[in-house]
Amino acid sequence: MEVYLDNSATTRVLPGVKDLMVEAMEAEYGNPSSLHKKGVEAERYIKDAKGRIAKTLKVQDKEIYFTSGGTESNNLALIGCAMANKRSGMHLITTCIEHASVLNPMHYLEEQGFSVTYLPVDGNGRVKLDALEEAIREDTILVSVMYVNNEIGAVEPIDEIAALIKKKKPDILFHVDAIQAYGKMVIRPKRQGIDLLSVSGHKIHGPKGVGFLYVDDKVKIRPILFGGGQQKGMRSGTENVPGIAGLGLAAWEAYRDHEDKINHLYQLKESFVEGIEHLEGTKINGLTGRESAPHVVSVSFDGVRSEVLLHALEDKGIYVSAGSACSSNHPAISSTLKSIGVRKELLDSTIRFSFGMENTMEEIAYTIEMLRELLPMLRRYRRG
Amino acid sequence: MKIGNAVGIMKEENGEYNMRFQSFLIKYAEIGIKGKNRYLFEDALVKQIRRAVKQVEGTFEVSKAMGRIYVNAVSEYDYDELIEALQCVFGIVHICPVVQIPDKGFDDLSENIVRYMDEMYPDKNLTFKVECRRSRKNYPLNSQEMNRELGGRILDAFTQMRVDVHHPQVMLKVEVREQFINIYSLEIPGPGGMPIGTNGKAMLLLSGGIDSPVAGYMIAKRGVFLDATYFHAPPYTSERAKQKVVDLAKLVAKYSGPIRLHIVNFTDIQLYIYDKCPHDELTIIMRRYMMRIAEEIAKETGALGLVTGESIGQVASQTMQSLAATNEVCTMPVFRPVIGFDKQEIVEVAEKIGTFETSIQPFEDCCTIFVAKHPVTKPNVNVIRASEKKLEEKIDEMVKTAIETAEVVLCEA
Repeated sequence: MEVYLDNSATTRVLPGVKDLMVEAMEAEYGNPSSLHKKGVEAERYIKDAKGRIAKTLKVQDKEIYFTSGGTESNNLALIGCAMANKRSGMHLITTCIEHASVLNPMHYLEEQGFSVTYLPVDGNGRVKLDALEEAIREDTILVSVMYVNNEIGAVEPIDEIAALIKKKKPDILFHVDAIQAYGKMVIRPKRQGIDLLSVSGHKIHGPKGVGFLYVDDKVKIRPILFGGGQQKGMRSGTENVPGIAGLGLAAWEAYRDHEDKINHLYQLKESFVEGIEHLEGTKINGLTGRESAPHVVSVSFDGVRSEVLLHALEDKGIYVSAGSACSSNHPAISSTLKSIGVRKELLDSTIRFSFGMENTMEEIAYTIEMLRELLPMLRRYRRG
Repeated sequence: MKIGNAVGIMKEENGEYNMRFQSFLIKYAEIGIKGKNRYLFEDALVKQIRRAVKQVEGTFEVSKAMGRIYVNAVSEYDYDELIEALQCVFGIVHICPVVQIPDKGFDDLSENIVRYMDEMYPDKNLTFKVECRRSRKNYPLNSQEMNRELGGRILDAFTQMRVDVHHPQVMLKVEVREQFINIYSLEIPGPGGMPIGTNGKAMLLLSGGIDSPVAGYMIAKRGVFLDATYFHAPPYTSERAKQKVVDLAKLVAKYSGPIRLHIVNFTDIQLYIYDKCPHDELTIIMRRYMMRIAEEIAKETGALGLVTGESIGQVASQTMQSLAATNEVCTMPVFRPVIGFDKQEIVEVAEKIGTFETSIQPFEDCCTIFVAKHPVTKPNVNVIRASEKKLEEKIDEMVKTAIETAEVVLCEA
């Protein structure tokens, strides 16, 4: 049995998405900037995708900018806003559990003379609001907080943060990294007070190498890529038409029958959590109920190294991540797990399971069964 | 001293000289002195050169004539790529880009010589020496006369140039052969050593580390054909660790030619040892079984020795006592070419041959997964043997299975 439980790393492209992309590559392969019919056809894919995406967020079409993915969206949001608004101040706020594609642009901005406050989180990985209140200064121009944490599935108090910003200093821009949230949560930027929102295609059964950034019409932002002036000069470079078309359809699919899909994910998660709780020497990191994301569970396994368990599960056809997939090529200890106070000896014993629409209850049962079988064997053999 | 871009045979085309070397004289040293076996070595070298130039853009002819090996380009080709490929062929001491001209009399030769010096050395402020050799002894001038006369013509043409017979900056060589005359002054160093295939086959124990690829390179350099064995231990080692070893084998194969990599699943044996033997002896016992398995595979594949990357004292399993304990199980000779190298010296070779960056990718290998906090550093062979007695019940069967189920991957550059 093959059980793919690494849907926070990436997802399988939907068949319809693939077909649409093939069409955009084979039949209507024009450059959207071309004046002739081929160009117009290609441009239509982009318009359709933009329309579909805007509807899922209830925003205007023109507020969507396509990028090469989540990393670029985050870079554009942070660097673009910081550079465009530095006359109003040079202070930025984020959290200590952000993805590297937020933290590293922040470090870059620090080198450019900005100062950055990294907010702490509570034991469940949720930002401490009182810390945010204290951090906001006269020269703060931007707050960036992720919607759903990629390592433990914590849902951040986005509405409360926005309300707090509005109360303390309404002109602060609020960026939300929604790469793990889009498709799972209902997001209404206008109502929630979100000014910028980053999304990636391949986390929602779309293609890799494409994503978008929502930028509220009133936000002042500068491009970070310069060239032919595509997308109103905000993101130069010939549009990735097949990717954008695929992203548009995947976004539309993600929010079709949304409630049913989310319920399915929560059922998988609840059944998995119950199974884990019956296994000895396991600890789930963060919250598990409906206040947490429907698709991520982080589990620490006493006395088992995560890499070994990962490969042992792989042997059974089960694919998971150790800590955060994005950092698994250079196994640094996860900053989220440290921030929520996971015990030192468990940091290297933590596995992330992340569910997708295609997973079944049967697969969850199989996974629990395999864990029950593997854990005692792996615990018997250890280092030293 | 600046050397001009002019790389070429002097071929008149539309009144202009199209300067590109079309011919490369390959110099070899040791294989020239192997008496009656000489042709075997030369043929092996020709074969290895043919293999190497196949990867290069262009078409080449490799020929052996009168105790010389030439690589002739018979199409447009990539000069840098060719030199790089030849620098990976063991047995080559020097690669000399030569200009070959037909013998049309001494004046024609002189003109060509002057033109060669002009094009090769745009900066004329240099010292030189002419060294002529004649394998065709009926040439009108003898070597000494040629040296003098050609030197004079160069001095006449370029007043800035000076002769220095002791330490010339440019050593211009002119060889009068039966069919043509060779002119050259560049001697690009090759890797040395002996051609692959002239010294039998050995089995390299290849881990993912820095040392074993270097050891393989050094043995291959002596003309030895390599097979390799890698031990993996899923799920304790990953698919990426295995891929890394395949990548390393491919890098070594650039020099050694294709390597058959035997990938042995070692997990069950390792866990069995863990269950039965004292944990501080784990590494030594494990290595003894690795040697036994590698030797069995070596016998099957016709290899005559084992090669490891061990260096005295580098880690607990490489102390003199540990080496002796590991060595004891082998009946074949075990070659350890980096045995007296410091780590830094091994790293230097690894960097030179291009394996270092791959070697330092951080994937766990099976030697470290169960390593004890304090492994024995001075194992007593009798104690180790006694510990191994505890494995008697199942170990032979497990070793047999490990050998039978080994996966073979052909690693080509």
